[in-house]
Amino acid sequence: MAIVRANVLICAGSACVSSRAYEFKESLLKALEEAGIREEVNVVDTGCVGTCDLGPVAIVYPDGVFYVRLKPEDAKTIVNEHLLKGRIVNRLLYQQAMTKEVFPSLSEIDFVAKQKRIVLRNMGIINPESIEEYIAREGYQALAKALTMDPEEVIDTVKRSGLRGRGGAGFPTGLKWELTRKAKGNPKYVICNGDEGDPGAFMDRSILEGDPHSVIEGMMIAGYAVGASKGFFYVRAEYPLAIKRLEIALEQARNYGLIGENILGTGFSFDIELRRGSGAFVCGEETALIASIEGRRGEPRPRPPYPANKGLWDKPTVINNVETLANIAPIILNGAEWFSSIGTEKSKGTKVFALAGKVNNTGLIEVPFGTSLREIVFEVGGGIPGGKKFKAAQTGGPSGGCIPAEYLDLPLDYESLKQIGAIVGSGGLIIMDEDTCMVDVARFFLEFTQSESCGKCPPCRVGTRKMLDILERIINGEGEEGDIERLIELGNEIKQDSLCGLGQTAPNPVLSTIRFFRDEYEAHIKEKRCPAKSCRALIAYQVIPDKCKGCGICARVCPVGAAQGKPREIHFIDKDLCIKCGDCFAKCPFGAIEKVDILLVKT
Amino acid sequence: MKSLEDLKRIREQAQAQIRLRTQEANTKIIVGMGTCGIAAGARETLMAILDELAKRNIQDVVVTQTGCVGLCEYEPLVNVVKPGQPKITYMKVTPERARQIIASHIVNDQVINEWVLSTEEGV
Repeated sequence: MAIVRANVLICAGSACVSSRAYEFKESLLKALEEAGIREEVNVVDTGCVGTCDLGPVAIVYPDGVFYVRLKPEDAKTIVNEHLLKGRIVNRLLYQQAMTKEVFPSLSEIDFVAKQKRIVLRNMGIINPESIEEYIAREGYQALAKALTMDPEEVIDTVKRSGLRGRGGAGFPTGLKWELTRKAKGNPKYVICNGDEGDPGAFMDRSILEGDPHSVIEGMMIAGYAVGASKGFFYVRAEYPLAIKRLEIALEQARNYGLIGENILGTGFSFDIELRRGSGAFVCGEETALIASIEGRRGEPRPRPPYPANKGLWDKPTVINNVETLANIAPIILNGAEWFSSIGTEKSKGTKVFALAGKVNNTGLIEVPFGTSLREIVFEVGGGIPGGKKFKAAQTGGPSGGCIPAEYLDLPLDYESLKQIGAIVGSGGLIIMDEDTCMVDVARFFLEFTQSESCGKCPPCRVGTRKMLDILERIINGEGEEGDIERLIELGNEIKQDSLCGLGQTAPNPVLSTIRFFRDEYEAHIKEKRCPAKSCRALIAYQVIPDKCKGCGICARVCPVGAAQGKPREIHFIDKDLCIKCGDCFAKCPFGAIEKVDILLVKT
Repeated sequence: MKSLEDLKRIREQAQAQIRLRTQEANTKIIVGMGTCGIAAGARETLMAILDELAKRNIQDVVVTQTGCVGLCEYEPLVNVVKPGQPKITYMKVTPERARQIIASHIVNDQVINEWVLSTEEGV
């Protein structure tokens, strides 16, 4: 047998795959072949490392050297320098955005060093398509342990751990299990809600892609605890890689007898089926999701009865989010006390956030509850690009709200966020800087929920449309006195009168931006001015004569011929022709084009 | 898989497969793999080291490489770094010498003085 002396782990999450990770892998294999060391180096696909912005990335063990932004042609250099001669390839290492410091190993970089990885424990270490590697990392040990406990004892452990649902609402998981166990009716079911739909949230996809067995194991423990023998994964069809890896994982577990009859000789039987959702946002709502699995139109129904009593095919059903289930195995293995020692008083454990927007390190992070936004943005996230000012963060996607700069030091957990009108939600965390218009942010999220409203109840169907109309008017400079009050009134009514979580939370982004950035709304309405200079109808581009060198680049990039001028003479922008695409502003090498309020240039 | 024992057995086998990624190594063996080292047979030495470690089932040792340190005529050079001990550099390490170094230095903590080129404190 050949001796393997190094492992190269290539991130095979969706983000890295789409930035050509597999092409890099191909050329790496070829380069290893050419160097004659193919046998000595193990090349392995692994789950999302989290540093999606730096992809494709690879980690070389035993040293744990972390290479970023790999191109296929870099493979040869890594083989010839690092794997053959042991010289780390400096130019491919991660560089901290602010300090320009270079870090060779993954565990040292700011992005990773500040995290606590429970759910993401196997990302970047194991191959998600290998059940053996999952087992090597204590995989299925928690199931084995749970099967030697009483189901009540398992539920008690989860209850004492303080784990709460990670899908958004934060309902105590152990309590949900207990209610389902006590509910009358047979058979009982477990459903894993993998219908992740918030714009900007991708933690569930990454977990399913990167460590599918951890979710399967969590589901089986849930099944044992509530007395179910059948589970369903509901994953949206837009997640082809997650579905593929989950199918492979289910097949492997079945072949090993970890799914099926009489598991590990304990008499417990459990089977799992995978259902694809067609991507309606409302199907993330549990009753709509259940309807969808049953083959009916995905529409929510009133609760109670809750799924715990009357769920799938009217049978008692426990429905948990992907990330929630991924937390189960470590809790069973390490105990409730271990888990509840992490986090804050009422929010235990960690939360995975999808960090996006105006931040240097975008990607997937996992931090304990109670971590402040400042730590997330400026330490894990590496700060705001271009030295711009932090303005706000949107949590919980279209159901959530914004956190303004004055709350940067607030410890994030379910309670603290609720207090300021935001929510933890599924964990989308979008960072906004001074160039972001908050009215436009509210419009963006409302546009999303408005089009995803299933239409069953009028407050949501008609109300969100009305709110969106008002917002669009404001953004176009046609806002009227009283619009803000109308938005608040409509928003509160929609929240009160909607049947399901979609409508009940859809107005949140609007209400929360009004709460913290009312002055921006007022500037749009009263002064017809966008303070962030982002809303096209309210700005104009113009040349600063003192800075213009007459290079003509603006004239060349302008798609409509609005930027004009003779070579080496000061250029100008024809306001009537300009479509405000911003190309000239972005391309001018001398910073000679500025955005101004449209009122200032109207004559 | 029928029982807990089966699961345990699979786990132990699989752990070997991912050991390189998870181990916390105490001891480091560094092989000089510059052009000079490779020409002097450092690859064979490296393979011998890995083979010997595998044979003896030694798990807490990391084997890495380094480039040319300018002492080309003494290649292949092999450094052994044990925690709390000076770095020992062995010279002209043939595969046979490598196996003996593992037996003597790694396992029994006995430095083989006649092959030592240098001893460096504080690394």
